[in-house]
Amino acid sequence: MSAPPPPVLEARGLVRSFGGVRAVDGVSLAVRAGELLALIGPNGAGKTTCFHLIGGQLRPEAGTVRLAGRDITGLPPPRIFRAGVGRTFQITATFGSMTVRENVQMALLSHAQRLFGLWRPARRQMRAEAEALLARVGMAEQAERASGVLAYGDLKRLELAIALAGRPRLLLMDEPTAGMAAAERRALMALVARLARESGLAVLFTEHDMDVVFGHADRVLVLDRGRVLAEGTPEAVRADPRVRAAYLGGVAA
Amino acid sequence: MDSGLLARRSLLRRSAAAVAVAAAAPLAAPAIARAQAAAGGAAGPIRIGEINSYTAIPAFLQPYRNAWLMAQDEVNAQGGIHGRRLETVFRDDAGRPEDAVRHAGELVNVERVHLLAGAFLSNVGLALSDFANQHRRLFVASEPLTDALVWSRGNRFTFRLRPSTYMQCAMLVEEAAKLPARRWAIVAPNYEYGQSAARWFKELLARARPDVQFVAEQYPALGRIDAGATVQALAGANPEAIFNVTFAQDLTNFVRQGNTRGLFERRHVVSLLTGEPEYLLPLGDEAPEGWIVTGYPYADLDNPRHNAFREAYRRRFNEEPRCGSVVGYDTVTAIATMLRRTGGATGTDAMIEAMRGLRFPTAFGTAEVEFRAIDHQSTLGAFVGKTALRDGRGVMVDWRYADGAKYLPPDEVVRQMRPQSAS
Amino acid sequence: MDALILQALNGLASASSLFLVASGLTVIFGVSRIVNFAHGSLYMLGAYLGWTLVTRFAGGGAPGPLGFWGGVLLAALAVGLIGVAIEVLLLRRLYRAPELFPLLATFGVVLIVQDLALWAWGPQDLLGPRAPGLHGAVELPLLGLRFPRYELFLIALGPVVLGLLWLLFRRTRFGLLIRAATEDREMVGALGVDQRALFTGVFFLGAVLAGLAGALQLPRESVNLHMDLAVIVEAFVVVVVGGLGSLGGAFLAALLIGELHAFGILVFPRITLVLVFLVMAVVLVLRPHGLAGAAPAAVPPGAPGAAEPVIRPAPLALRRFALAVFALACALPSVLGDYALSVFADFAVFVLFAMSLHLLMGPGGMASFGHAAYFGIGAYAAALLAHHLAAPMAAGIALAPLAAGLAGLAFGWFCVRLSGVYAAMLTLAFAQIAWSVAFQWVEVTGGDNGILGVWPDAWARDRRVFAWLALALSAGGTLLLLRAIHAPFGYALRALRDSAPRAAAIGIPALTVRWLAFAFAAGLAGLAGALFAYGKGSVFPTLLAIPRSVDALLMVLLGGVRTVTGPIWGALAYAGLSEQLVRATDHWRLLLGLAIVALVLFFPEGLAGAARRWWEARESDGRR
Ligand SMILES: Nc1ncnc2c1ncn2[C@@H]1O[C@H](COP(=O)(O)OP(=O)(O)OP(=O)(O)O)[C@@H](O)[C@H]1O
Ligand SMILES: [Mg+2]
Repeated sequence: MSAPPPPVLEARGLVRSFGGVRAVDGVSLAVRAGELLALIGPNGAGKTTCFHLIGGQLRPEAGTVRLAGRDITGLPPPRIFRAGVGRTFQITATFGSMTVRENVQMALLSHAQRLFGLWRPARRQMRAEAEALLARVGMAEQAERASGVLAYGDLKRLELAIALAGRPRLLLMDEPTAGMAAAERRALMALVARLARESGLAVLFTEHDMDVVFGHADRVLVLDRGRVLAEGTPEAVRADPRVRAAYLGGVAA
Repeated sequence: MDSGLLARRSLLRRSAAAVAVAAAAPLAAPAIARAQAAAGGAAGPIRIGEINSYTAIPAFLQPYRNAWLMAQDEVNAQGGIHGRRLETVFRDDAGRPEDAVRHAGELVNVERVHLLAGAFLSNVGLALSDFANQHRRLFVASEPLTDALVWSRGNRFTFRLRPSTYMQCAMLVEEAAKLPARRWAIVAPNYEYGQSAARWFKELLARARPDVQFVAEQYPALGRIDAGATVQALAGANPEAIFNVTFAQDLTNFVRQGNTRGLFERRHVVSLLTGEPEYLLPLGDEAPEGWIVTGYPYADLDNPRHNAFREAYRRRFNEEPRCGSVVGYDTVTAIATMLRRTGGATGTDAMIEAMRGLRFPTAFGTAEVEFRAIDHQSTLGAFVGKTALRDGRGVMVDWRYADGAKYLPPDEVVRQMRPQSAS
Repeated sequence: MDALILQALNGLASASSLFLVASGLTVIFGVSRIVNFAHGSLYMLGAYLGWTLVTRFAGGGAPGPLGFWGGVLLAALAVGLIGVAIEVLLLRRLYRAPELFPLLATFGVVLIVQDLALWAWGPQDLLGPRAPGLHGAVELPLLGLRFPRYELFLIALGPVVLGLLWLLFRRTRFGLLIRAATEDREMVGALGVDQRALFTGVFFLGAVLAGLAGALQLPRESVNLHMDLAVIVEAFVVVVVGGLGSLGGAFLAALLIGELHAFGILVFPRITLVLVFLVMAVVLVLRPHGLAGAAPAAVPPGAPGAAEPVIRPAPLALRRFALAVFALACALPSVLGDYALSVFADFAVFVLFAMSLHLLMGPGGMASFGHAAYFGIGAYAAALLAHHLAAPMAAGIALAPLAAGLAGLAFGWFCVRLSGVYAAMLTLAFAQIAWSVAFQWVEVTGGDNGILGVWPDAWARDRRVFAWLALALSAGGTLLLLRAIHAPFGYALRALRDSAPRAAAIGIPALTVRWLAFAFAAGLAGLAGALFAYGKGSVFPTLLAIPRSVDALLMVLLGGVRTVTGPIWGALAYAGLSEQLVRATDHWRLLLGLAIVALVLFFPEGLAGAARRWWEARESDGRR
């Protein structure tokens, strides 16, 4: 008899406070391969902080983060990247002095451990792979543009391509579709869902748009003032009276 | 397109062109200069290339250059050297030896000077001396005091006018040894000159007076003395006498704090260079009294040659000559005398031959000075005396001329210090 | 015991003086982020103007009608107005230029003031009058020790000024705005406050403090032309050790340095040369933001990157141009005279030196105020090999970059852990420590008399051959740097500069990449240094001194820190300009300063930046 494989991401009892206020207060969650887990909650609920705790941008004060069973708590972001975590940021972060393609090439080169080359131009390396990734997120035509001048929605797409360049097992997406039109949102989330199904990627994402959440998440976890309020299938969460009271009230009605 | 942008662009183009010219000019200039030099021919002027730290040490070097030009004009007014005018091309090394070397290259190769001269800082002097050695040119070092210049790093091409650190220390030790003091303290700027002065003073005094001991030594950074703390540290050791090597602004600050804190009360002070007007005058009515110093009593030195020099200098520049003035004047006099000796020939070997053992008169009006063949050091001396206040300024009193020839080590010692190749 | 108390009091007096200068500097920096090199010049002007106002308006040396204190205060106000003029005429136009660019402008001001002061007040040191009522020394109550009155006055003045500034900052609207702007410049702009007036006001305040500090030195120090540079470095050390923008920190740092100086003199009389830099290095290693400075509010992950231009492969026309220039450079030595050849070699050296610094400043986004350390270490490595081991030139040239690179690894390990001006000042501290080793270790390095006789091997002794050699090595090094900038390593550096959180999230090890970049740049600077040593035939501590570091900075900024090849043009322009001016006129400092100021005003993006803009404008015109 074999034990079921551990979830790709398993966080237990995460705590982090800022100046006495507990932004994240004992959050536990798990995401399995091929699964999309949505983290929702009102502004300031602690979603982004959770992402930072998992991605290594912040150190938890208590709690553990395991990736496929391996403890990665408190590791610095580069090591967490190498362990197989890709992420996008709520406030987009790209390399402004590079073109869109070069941004992706940078991530590919890093993943391939080819950062210390001194001679061959970077822009000629891993170009096809970068273009394939850009095509996937629908950014192929913009490959030559400076990333600093992109529209917000395009930046989000670029970030997704960058995050995917590391061939992650776990994808963290902090508001991946903010700034996009409705049709674009659906397309992007459909792409992510397909990736998850096809390659067993585990996805943790936050989103304020409830159509996106309930249309694509396998499970939903509701955060309020740093604590888990409810967790379950979209239907169960939608039906949960506490959630309705605290948060969904007007929206889902 | 608006005119502002246009103007900007043409400005940009012009400035870009200016930059290009700035970078390219030194590369293009030599051809022209060569042509000029060739046209000058043998009867043209005799050119001296003079390199000094004009912007770094203006207080000494402005009077120096003034007197230099005065001496040169006098030579030329008397018909020059066998009919050839004396000309000087001045360069500012800003206190950087590497720049001095670059200027030397320019003076020799572009300006086609016949010999090099100058230098105030010891390291500039050494750099130029090495350049002279490498390029086989005569270098008449006017001011740099380091002993290395003519001894441990001496070479065939370098001569030095001023009495060296060793010589001036020896002059002062002669007086210091007569003092009853046994407990001595030293304050010297933290660089080669200060360190060698301190070393020689200790060595020579210990030889003359085996009973003395040195109870404190302070080496403040040059130009940045923390005078209060330094004075206190010296006072704390309670010496009977102090040997001071600081000069310029360090000296001023040291004296002020020392006066305020009574450091000099009931203590003997022996001090290098402090009698030079460059350093004594800025002290104004706070100039110390009774220090034993080397220097230049410009106002009281009374002999025909010096009086004429002082008069001419006053008339032309409307100020009193400084020690730097004498150094500049004497350097030109020495070079002119040497050139008369070669018969106006400007070959380096001929000039070196003429420099060795050359005797020339100094603006001090004291005995003739000789460039010793043995080590290329001149026997120019310095005045040793005491400081005093007169009309609210520092002056030297009870002074005597210490002839440099008497303050040099025995010949065999000198020969040992000097490299074989330098003879 | 008495001696210790007196020494402690001396330390306090120096600390007060230091604090006065540093307070103005830290206030200016806190608000404007300008590294104001001219602060020392303002201090010097305060002393000179104070001297004139106090002595000249009566004659005979006695204090004039203003009296001593009136003269001092008026001098401080006058310097304040000069500060305002500098801000309004010059710096105001540069707030949007790349960081550190205003440093270039203030350096131009330093040069201008040096020449003007010489012209106005003459070369001789001036002696200010003693302060009325504060002559001589007094017996200290209880202790029974004698101590100068004026020093006691200074000891009291430091805390008083600190208190007044504290009141100004806490109790007035102006002060409130200054504090707000120190913490968050953008926010004040958003509040609808007139930033220009605020900056001008801050400059006035800072300059008044500098002028006051200078004028207050009249009774204790001579007024001389070296005051500016003597004070500026130390003032910066105090500001950085205290924590940028922090007045309390500056006060603490001044105390620390003043006291360490006073007691250091008792224990190690030769230590004054490096003490402040040792202190700064230790403090910064232990506390990366100084004693009282806080880490800047953690940059939120994904803050928008600086508006750095995209680096693209050079357009064909530019590459052709570069090839033509290189071909010309190769051909040039065959027609040049001896001196021109040596200048040519110097230029080649400076190009490589500037390019190596640019790797750190441009793609690396790290400033270095101490790049001369590696230049000098390379030069000394070559010279020591030649002097002590009679090694051939090839060995010197091969080992110099290695030595400098190792020094880069050692120093860089600490520097890359810091950011911004703190990191830059740590590089300065290390450079000064290296300098003091070269200066004080006389048995090995020859001290300030340097090492002579470092001439090239016979085959390269011909100036023409040496010029080609210098060109080949400089071009080789430059090519290596250019390739590195376009290679993954350069991309990784830029990635770290553009967005640290993004770079971390895709696995770029920040410290390692920066550290290696540091060593790489140091190694190439060392190569430049070795070439320079053989070209001049000698090495001196001046090769590692601050002015040489400043030269490199100026070349990079002048050429354009946000361009790839700018430093080449910056090096040629700066070296060419100074070479020409020094030969042409005694007033080369004035003219060089004016030239720098003009270049800064007309080309705020540097020469190559302006050329690029011109090129892009032409391209888009052509398309239209
Ligand atoms: N670096 C920080 N310093 C201080 N407080 C912080 C910091 N980061 C987050 N907080 C606080 O922690 C709480 C949670 O913030 P977080 O950004 O995690 O919320 P969020 O759920 O992502 O909100 P949003 O939907 O607006 O993105 C908030 O009260 C926020 O103000
Ligand atoms: Mg958030």
